Amino acid sequence: MNANKTAAMVLDEIRAEALRSWEQMRQKTLIAVGAATCGRAVGALEVAGVFREEIERLKVDAAVIEVGCMGHCYAEPMAFIFKPGFPGICYGYLNEGLAARLVRDFLVDGDPCVEFALAADGVNDFIPTFQDFPRGLVEQKMVMEHCGLIDPENIEHYLAVGGYGALAAALAMDPGEVAKLVKASGLRGRGGAGFPTGSKWDLCRAAGEKTRYVICNADEGDPGAFMDRTILESNPHLVVEGLAIAAYAVGAGKGYFYIRAEYPLAVERIRKALDQAGKYGILGKSVLGTGFGLEIEVFQGSGAFVCGEETALIASMEGKPGLPRHRPPFPSEAGLFGKPTVINNVKTLSYVPYILRNGADRFKETGTPGSPGTAIFALAGKLVNTGLTEVPMGTTLRQIIYDVGSGIAGNSNFKAVQIGGPSGGCLPGETLDTPIDFDSLTRAGAMMGSGGIVVLDENDCMVEMARFFLDFTQKESCGKCTFCRLGTRHMLGILERITRGEGRPEDMDLLLELAGDIRAGSLCSLGKTAPNPVLSTLKYFRDEYEAHIFEKRCPALMCKDLIAYYILPHKCERSCDACVGSCPVEAIYSNEDRIKVINQEKCVKCNSCLVACPPQYRAVVKVSPPDLAAGKEKENDERKSQDNH
Amino acid sequence: MQLTEEERKEAVEKSREILARYDGSRGGLIPALQQIQDVLGYVPAEAMREAAGHFGMPAVDVYGVVTFYNQFRLTPPGRHQVKVCMGTACHMKGGNIIMESWERVLKVKVGETTPDREFSLERVACVGCCTMAPVALVNETVHGKMTPTKVDGLYFSHQLANQQKKEGMPE
Ligand SMILES: Cc1cc2nc3c(=O)[nH]c(=O)nc-3n(C[C@H](O)[C@H](O)[C@H](O)COP(=O)(O)O)c2cc1C
Ligand code: SF4
Ligand code: SF4
Ligand code: FES
Ligand code: FES
Repeated sequence: MNANKTAAMVLDEIRAEALRSWEQMRQKTLIAVGAATCGRAVGALEVAGVFREEIERLKVDAAVIEVGCMGHCYAEPMAFIFKPGFPGICYGYLNEGLAARLVRDFLVDGDPCVEFALAADGVNDFIPTFQDFPRGLVEQKMVMEHCGLIDPENIEHYLAVGGYGALAAALAMDPGEVAKLVKASGLRGRGGAGFPTGSKWDLCRAAGEKTRYVICNADEGDPGAFMDRTILESNPHLVVEGLAIAAYAVGAGKGYFYIRAEYPLAVERIRKALDQAGKYGILGKSVLGTGFGLEIEVFQGSGAFVCGEETALIASMEGKPGLPRHRPPFPSEAGLFGKPTVINNVKTLSYVPYILRNGADRFKETGTPGSPGTAIFALAGKLVNTGLTEVPMGTTLRQIIYDVGSGIAGNSNFKAVQIGGPSGGCLPGETLDTPIDFDSLTRAGAMMGSGGIVVLDENDCMVEMARFFLDFTQKESCGKCTFCRLGTRHMLGILERITRGEGRPEDMDLLLELAGDIRAGSLCSLGKTAPNPVLSTLKYFRDEYEAHIFEKRCPALMCKDLIAYYILPHKCERSCDACVGSCPVEAIYSNEDRIKVINQEKCVKCNSCLVACPPQYRAVVKVSPPDLAAGKEKENDERKSQDNH
Repeated sequence: MQLTEEERKEAVEKSREILARYDGSRGGLIPALQQIQDVLGYVPAEAMREAAGHFGMPAVDVYGVVTFYNQFRLTPPGRHQVKVCMGTACHMKGGNIIMESWERVLKVKVGETTPDREFSLERVACVGCCTMAPVALVNETVHGKMTPTKVDGLYFSHQLANQQKKEGMPE
């Protein structure tokens, strides 16, 4: 390679080839099937298979590629069809039959089947664009721009949309200038704590040691969050580019992706991306011909939540149990094998190319002064439209739930939003106008955390929610600090008692007291924030605790020990029998009037009959406290015997 | 657990083969254990002893690492591994009901393996498909929007496939 060439010139050469094949691909019909993990869970690969077979069978000149996630997970399986002469059209809720029909009707006969179209990528007379959706007004894509539109396993696609241009630009700068630019952008870490990224890099640059490391934290352990997984699966090269820029800025010759064991597809895609980048001279001994050397490897986690914490993560990479340690020294000063190490979250690194390409000021135009840029959230729970969204920092929870998520699914009402996972809290309706940024959420009693949002409706019990998270933290506590280990177990015991209907009046005070002790006596944030789910539910939903403790009643009808299933005799249709077959333990029988009755002794409370009972009858209900069911049955019997007299 | 002489030999050989790919620096310990588990399905005591020798550390420290991380198993898994997601979204959409359904059809409790070693049942905390909650995995395949009847169906189709395999086998 010619030593006088700049990184940008080297990249241009690589990109010219990539652009050629990209253009070629776009000249004929292209079907891009969303095939991230969640799409696969509902049959995306089978749908892609049918597209391929039908194209082959009908001899259509078209290609099928598998892409990542556009954020509209609720409509999976999804596919975008780009046919010359038409706007790109996105179809949702696909199945094998529909896929075959699209090939026949649209690709062969030219009828785009608008009735199945979700959206189009260009303005036209028939199909709305994603920008026309209510969420189009709220969303803004800095990181997710290309997610779901390029093949994550093909580096040429990333190159064709401008990929690795930011790395080339960085390589033309002095490393210190790169760090300065990131600092000027005000970028804050998206891994939870919101630490300024530029300052972290500076700290590492200032360390004396010359051997340095950079690590991308992709441990995403919050049970209910999937932003990092989606980015890694949908656009792995973006994160590789971000990590490479970080390495250059701090002078690290070696980088790692620390990826959660439960994300096999993300591991596979990052490995492929690293391999391809190496082949193209983008990684390796001389990055883009500049002489800067960088090797990047994947390290797989082993299923311990606490390893998302940076010092525990390092311990596990050193072959030790993942126990957090005291900071300082911070990893930026003394990290992996004692060397200065920058650890950044997947999302944090994904903003870096944007900042390099567009400048710090452009980045700061979005978001709030204290928290610039966008935020990426995973929306799950009782929403109509679950999925992934990227919105400016400062957007309110209300906009996210109602504009992006289209509100609560079914005929149910909003109760709370769980944000921040096991370190966060449950916020009620009156806090929905809180703008989302690092500082406001903490004030409201939750936490930005990693960005998982689970929306809860009136059928979700807040005491049970708190119990669930304490069960999680108690299991995941590494055991180093007594208060974290025993305190969480004690709290869990109390919460279990309450959800079983054995709560005592003094329990609520006891919980508060324990929460204070755990906060004060824990080393890492796992322990320090473990009481948050309890504190926030006690603050906003105290009445539910009281109902459990004093009335042995679960208002949300969720806590199993406090409910019973009951069939309303006047609503049961008698001859339909749907519930009988659905019951796995044969607990439902017909009485002499052929009305169905549940044998409470046998019932395992699996909810099957409630689901099975046709919506026009809705005869199966839950009651709390459970003895209501027995009481009602007795009443029925008595009424009947009176009738007989 | 008691291994047959043959199983023991295999465990030692396979472990040595894998360990040979790592120099003795301790950062290789967890990746090596992960590979051993990939090949053997679990980390037997023999493998831990080999690893201790290879990385020059006390066997009790290797044991400490293996037991710290949830991913490592000390006993062989069933031929089919059923994992039920117990993450936030799945829990709120009835993940425990799905777990109980599996416990009922497999007649084992979570964490156990059926006596014929056909199935083992485990919990996982979020596989990142929360939009498809509740979620269960059978081996590597993720099944979204689970219901108790779907559990029966999955179990039934496995039984059926097994039966066909048996019947199809030559005498
Ligand atoms: C218990 C615990 C779990 C954590 N899990 C993660 C995680 O899964 N991913 C992540 O990026 N950061 C996680 N963190 C935060 C990291 O310690 C660290 O702050 C972060 O990776 C720094 O990256 P950032 O500056 O880009 O945010 C966790 C912290 C704690 C205390
Ligand atoms: S607070 Fe808990 S998880 Fe954190 S170091 Fe202490 S014991 Fe371990
Ligand atoms: S499904 Fe509903 S309507 Fe039908 S028999 Fe059962 S309770 Fe009655
Ligand atoms: S569309 Fe599947 S992860 Fe979003
Ligand atoms: S909570 Fe089950 S997949 Fe996330």
